[in-house]
Amino acid sequence: MKKQKMFFRMITASLIRRHSRMLVALLAIAVGATILSGLVTIYYDVPRQMGAQFRNYGANMLLLPDGEEKLSEESAERAIKAIDKEKLVGAAPYRYESVTINTMPVIAAAADMDGARAASPYWLINGDWPSADKEVLVGKTLAATLGIKQGSTVNVVYENETAKEQADKSDESKAKEKDGGKAFVASGILETGGTEEDYIFISLSDMAELTGVKGKLDAVELSVSASQDELKAYADKISGLDIDVSPRLVKRVTQSETTVLTKLQALVFLVTAVVLLLTMICVATTMMAVVAERRKEIGLRKALGASNGSIITEFMGEGLLLGGIGGLLGVVFGYAFAQAVSMNVFNSSISFRPLILPVTVVISVLVTGLACLLPVRNATDVDPAVVLKGE
Amino acid sequence: MSLLELKNISKIYGDLKALDDVSFKVEKGEWLAIMGPSGSGKSTMMNIIGCMDKPSLGQVLLDGVDISKESSKSLTNIRRDKIGLIFQQFHLVNYLTAVENVMVSQYYHSMPDEKEAMEALARVGLAERAKHLPSQLSGGEQQRVCIARALINYPEIVLADEPTGNLDEANENMVIDIFKQLHRDGTTLIVVTHDPEVAEVAQRTIVLEHGRLARETINENFKD
Repeated sequence: MKKQKMFFRMITASLIRRHSRMLVALLAIAVGATILSGLVTIYYDVPRQMGAQFRNYGANMLLLPDGEEKLSEESAERAIKAIDKEKLVGAAPYRYESVTINTMPVIAAAADMDGARAASPYWLINGDWPSADKEVLVGKTLAATLGIKQGSTVNVVYENETAKEQADKSDESKAKEKDGGKAFVASGILETGGTEEDYIFISLSDMAELTGVKGKLDAVELSVSASQDELKAYADKISGLDIDVSPRLVKRVTQSETTVLTKLQALVFLVTAVVLLLTMICVATTMMAVVAERRKEIGLRKALGASNGSIITEFMGEGLLLGGIGGLLGVVFGYAFAQAVSMNVFNSSISFRPLILPVTVVISVLVTGLACLLPVRNATDVDPAVVLKGE
Repeated sequence: MSLLELKNISKIYGDLKALDDVSFKVEKGEWLAIMGPSGSGKSTMMNIIGCMDKPSLGQVLLDGVDISKESSKSLTNIRRDKIGLIFQQFHLVNYLTAVENVMVSQYYHSMPDEKEAMEALARVGLAERAKHLPSQLSGGEQQRVCIARALINYPEIVLADEPTGNLDEANENMVIDIFKQLHRDGTTLIVVTHDPEVAEVAQRTIVLEHGRLARETINENFKD
């Protein structure tokens, strides 16, 4: 039998037949490796998860007309196409026009309702989103002023500049325009906590019908799941398209995202480092206890002619094998841990990063090796004559 | 030339002389018993002969070579190559089977050979128990595994420290019978004991008292 074979036979026998003892050490390593791999997984997934969370707080990029003219729908579409599909959470084109409701001047915002819903998920609707033609959302403040409720009919009159002048001249013409207004149904009342509560929201097609002008926009709100740098890159790409679109980052949002992400990642990193240190102490303590209770065995091995090197190799072999097994268990449980955290905190699943496997196993082996080194080195000082003494 | 010669050995711990100017020889193939009450210096003598300790004064000649000034590393090598140790408390590795315990000694000495280890166990009547763990063996069986382990590398001296101290009479007789067989085979045996019955079966007995060699007796009725 080769010496190596006997070496493995001895260390596996020690691990298997002393299972209750070794289980404690293995548990210490596996728990450490679990938390380590779990936290590292979360650390790398935080930007993606938080990015998705931040998208709940509205648009982080605006497309505005590059000049006095309104933005054409074609240009807006080209600009939106410049953003990777998987990164684009929502795109909401807007067109703003002055209208009157019950003779009160009001701003009507025409929007692609699906886009607005995706780009502004924080909007609270009392009622329903418009799902058919001639359905509108009415801002909460505006609704209160005009006494509009969900299901009310709202008569919207479009006033272009000429009509306005005429209206100033005679009450008669005003009354005429009022009669020429279009009736809409308020499908819901909109609460945002912002200026949107003063607006009425209608669909782009209804706005085109109301005004007789089609394909013109004032702005497009974009919600993009990307870091500040990536957003800047998209903005540069759009600027280079040679279209009448001026991309702007909503700095209030993008900078907050970057700041929060940096701090959160620093926190997770710190916790990971502390856990690693605690694991090391825990494993070292366990290994010290394991080695201490085997002083007699070490004495015996020395009495049988084992060199200090052989004893260190055998005990380190056991420790490293334990570290490897503990690391593998840690990868499995760590992924489950990260998944549970992700589901509970971010409400979405997490993807497995293959690199975590070798990293966790190598770190577990190194930590266990380091933790074993000191107690094993001390163990070689055992005097066989003392520990093997008879009665 | 004697196999082992102790010349004016003293072992001093502070003011205490555990061994005081002890000299004796052991010839190759001889069976010597070292007797004495507790505190007489038997264990210290066993440790010095077993290369686990060094004398404060005097010389220990093994095969004509003075080993009293050797480093602990060289003593480890000498112990591995020339001494077979048998302990009162057996000291088997509790997670290794009987045959694996024997192979551990081969592992440190040269090459583990399971077949040879099985033969060694067969010689002490334990072939059937080779795959058992120490906890599954009786005290007598454990001591026989310990003897097989001590013999596996064909040591020049087999040194036994109270080999029957933890055994009942039946197992004591069994161990003594194995020693007789070993002696017939030409093995040099040094048995440290406080049991007169174990000492009586040896060829020669030396008695230690207060660290000194009190007397030496030859067993006239010795027979293998």
